[in-house]
Amino acid sequence: MTGTFEPTIVGFLCNWCSYAGADKAGAAGMPYPPNLRTIRVMCTGRIDAQFVLKAFAEGADGVLILGCHPGDCHYKEQNYRALGRHRLLLRVLEQHGIERQRCRFDFVSAAEAAEFAAVVGEMTADIRQLGPVNLRAVGADAQ
Amino acid sequence: MATKPKLSVYWAASCGGCEIAVANLHERLLDVEAAFDFVFCPCLLDTKKQDVEAMADGSIAVTLFNGAIRTEENLEMARLLRRKSQVLIAFGACAAQGGIPGLSNVSTAADHLRTIYLQGPTLDNPEGTIPRRQTVVDEGVLALPGLLDQVSPLADVVEVDYTIPGCPPESHQIWAVVDAVIRGVALPPPGSVLGAGASTVCDECPRTRGDKRIDQLRRTWEIDPDPDRCLLEQGVVCVGLATRGGCGALCPQVQAPCIGCYGPPEGVTDQGGKMVSALGSMIDIEPLKGLPEAEIVARIDAIFDAIPDYAGCFYKFGLPGSSLKAAVAARVGVSAQDDQ
Ligand code: FES
Repeated sequence: MTGTFEPTIVGFLCNWCSYAGADKAGAAGMPYPPNLRTIRVMCTGRIDAQFVLKAFAEGADGVLILGCHPGDCHYKEQNYRALGRHRLLLRVLEQHGIERQRCRFDFVSAAEAAEFAAVVGEMTADIRQLGPVNLRAVGADAQ
Repeated sequence: MATKPKLSVYWAASCGGCEIAVANLHERLLDVEAAFDFVFCPCLLDTKKQDVEAMADGSIAVTLFNGAIRTEENLEMARLLRRKSQVLIAFGACAAQGGIPGLSNVSTAADHLRTIYLQGPTLDNPEGTIPRRQTVVDEGVLALPGLLDQVSPLADVVEVDYTIPGCPPESHQIWAVVDAVIRGVALPPPGSVLGAGASTVCDECPRTRGDKRIDQLRRTWEIDPDPDRCLLEQGVVCVGLATRGGCGALCPQVQAPCIGCYGPPEGVTDQGGKMVSALGSMIDIEPLKGLPEAEIVARIDAIFDAIPDYAGCFYKFGLPGSSLKAAVAARVGVSAQDDQ
């Protein structure tokens, strides 16, 4: 599978820091894998765990959540809340057999273009190794 | 005598509690009997599958179908009763969302057979006998319905007109629906949830709610909670805020947390996801401020370590009805077909 499988990664990027960081990476011509499908949100606080579950249910191989560093969130402390949700969601996903590397949360500031490119590169490489998510088909026969 | 509309109640993968909820209509059962010709209910009546097969398609006015779809037999009966019924209602948590049997979707059917029949510590099964579709004995061939790879809600296998949630549905809610049908009140658009509220259990809960700042989660046996304060605020994982109301918040009123049997409320697609979002946001972050990022993560993780089983906590009645429906195949490492 390695080498041929190209994962689809859904990225939720906070408008104020991480999206700006991604923009900066693009403007600077920094290469990063084209596997990320970016969704801009105003803040990581907007990201309901249901969004992440829906992304996996609809075929995402990974979900990346990027927000402001602690203390820098433009909506006070919502990135702490988002982190709390992510830590709990990871456990739920793991019980579903969805590996931790497939759902990553990181802090990327507007200045950290290189960090952004590095996170996307690392995550893409990790998921290439893991292969696609094998959701089971409804109504399949067991015997 | 004018012919009465026909009513049927069927159980698929269920415990019988839904039938008890129907029987708990008590003397109102006589009103049901007066209004309907009760034609099929394996728990209470003698009519058999072939009697249903002999009926004309669409001749049953209403079928209350409880239980999840676990076996080929469940699937066959779901299709048969869909064909014979004008209105098919997913009745109870199992038919609506997969219910407790749906928790088995964290594993596969093949794994269950292995665990239950081959690996249990109290087993004595030297020949490794497991249930199979066909077994030849001296007298002939014995047949059992096969297991499906995973448990599904009724609506995943046939078209469902309405859902009455609950484990089991509250009898007064059942009566409200039956009574509306008897009186000929126009039913809401197909796909609607009947016999329940639109909002959450919290909206029916008399406990007072304040600021939610959790620094420690507690299992029910670890705390004697304040009877007047929100259980969640006391660290007890109560899933009322991710659960549809209609029960009257019975559990929180007797010091027990809501465990989610009425399924997700209006506007929520994934009950567990909703609960994760809510609980994840309630950690008391004041002591975390200014700590290094890795330390913040470690402190949050330490609080969630208290939850022993995430699916059992957040999807107790609805794993098959959730976004992911089941654990992915890779986790269990076998395609279910491998085994037999
Ligand atoms: S504004 Fe960036 S995480 Fe809140």
